[in-house]
Amino acid sequence: MKIILKIWRQKNRQDKGEFCDYVLEDVTRDMSFLEMLDMLNNKLVKQGDRAVEFDHDCREGICGQCGVMINGIAHGSLKNTTTCQLHMREFKDGDTIYVEPFKASAFPVVRDLKVDRSSLDHIIVSGGYVSVDTGQAPEANNIPVTYEEAESAFDAAACIGCGACVASCKNSSAALFTGAKITHLARLPQGEKETASRTMAMVDQMEQENFGHCSNTEACQVECPENISVLTIARMNYEYNRAKILFKK
Amino acid sequence: MIWFIKNSVTRKNLMALTGLFLSFFLIVHLAGNLQLLLPEVQAKLQYNAYSQFLGGNPLVILISFVLYACIILHTVDAIYLGIKRKKANGVSCSKDKRGRASTWYSRHMMALGIIVFVFLVIHFKDYWYRYKFGELPLDENGNKDLYTLVIVSFEQLWYVILYVIAIVALGYHLLHGVFSAHRSIGLYHPVYNSIIKVLGIIFALVITIGYIIIPIFIYINHQT
Ligand code: FES
Repeated sequence: MKIILKIWRQKNRQDKGEFCDYVLEDVTRDMSFLEMLDMLNNKLVKQGDRAVEFDHDCREGICGQCGVMINGIAHGSLKNTTTCQLHMREFKDGDTIYVEPFKASAFPVVRDLKVDRSSLDHIIVSGGYVSVDTGQAPEANNIPVTYEEAESAFDAAACIGCGACVASCKNSSAALFTGAKITHLARLPQGEKETASRTMAMVDQMEQENFGHCSNTEACQVECPENISVLTIARMNYEYNRAKILFKK
Repeated sequence: MIWFIKNSVTRKNLMALTGLFLSFFLIVHLAGNLQLLLPEVQAKLQYNAYSQFLGGNPLVILISFVLYACIILHTVDAIYLGIKRKKANGVSCSKDKRGRASTWYSRHMMALGIIVFVFLVIHFKDYWYRYKFGELPLDENGNKDLYTLVIVSFEQLWYVILYVIAIVALGYHLLHGVFSAHRSIGLYHPVYNSIIKVLGIIFALVITIGYIIIPIFIYINHQT
């Protein structure tokens, strides 16, 4: 099928950037969205033009590297799907597709569709871990964890850190990402102990990275490839308040 | 102290707590105003006596200061977060379809809030200011005649329309605000969240309908 692409091209961080039009004739329904972009890049390279840069890694929907705004929606209109798992069968012959990078002050565009999401890494570095040496994989039954707790921790841990929540949020808030990380660790005995200091550190880091506030529009959960619950944000707020009121070093 | 001012979680807490207090006040205010629907002679004396009582009660005066503080803090906080939002957004998308994922009123709390705020200024000027600092005639019991002031204003159609628009904006503001406030202060339990969501909708409906009935009732009743 024929696809008309309007792709955001930007040479570097300073460049203003603009949409460029491309037409692809032989797109098949079974191609993934990224394969379609590969096809375009092949064509561009053959012509001697610069390829469109975009992030990707696993192409299985599990690493969180890919992510662009497709027709104004993070990862495109198919719900709970990453860009790499979106297929061209979602589009019709002759469709025009706008492709833009995730936009937020905390995600500066590096080039074309590629953004710098280190701000999310900084949040993790500030406290998204347990500070004990785990050594080798321990015996699984040494620390009892109930089925419900494990499941709920895993629901939050499913966050792949793609940044679609930030891109979908009218305030460019990273509350869903940070909330998911905090909830994940707070639900497990290994992580629970440091919840207070971790929450304060991660929330403070989130502030410093120039993310916006959360106004509970819940758009993040709707567009999240992993359908992370917005209640993790409430959990973050709860843990933060609790820590500020009760926690003493 | 800086963390308190700068941190968006605490700022949202402040937003939530002031908002919840203002929501609570709406119930009390509505209960008082519903007296306007009583038969005219009784309504007049009762309403004026009620207003007189409120104005003279030290506890009520104290609460009223909390109320003014809440309005100011809620507004200042909204401006602060609005600026923060602008900064965080950077360049916006050229094609923006993000709206599909959330309700329009949850995205436009600021606009709804501005409508309510403008209305509040008018409301304060027309009733509060004139009652407190203006010269009002006295009723049979010697109380300031706020009742007649209210009735006369609601005999004008444009005033009723203005009032209804503002209340509808307030209704949508509450529809998102009440449940959002609970989230902001950290209510994360799914069951309580569903309960709060339903209660929030009922609350917004009751407040909206309750406040809208009054001017319309008065307007229709005083058409000759
Ligand atoms: S490339 Fe890994 S999630 Fe899409």
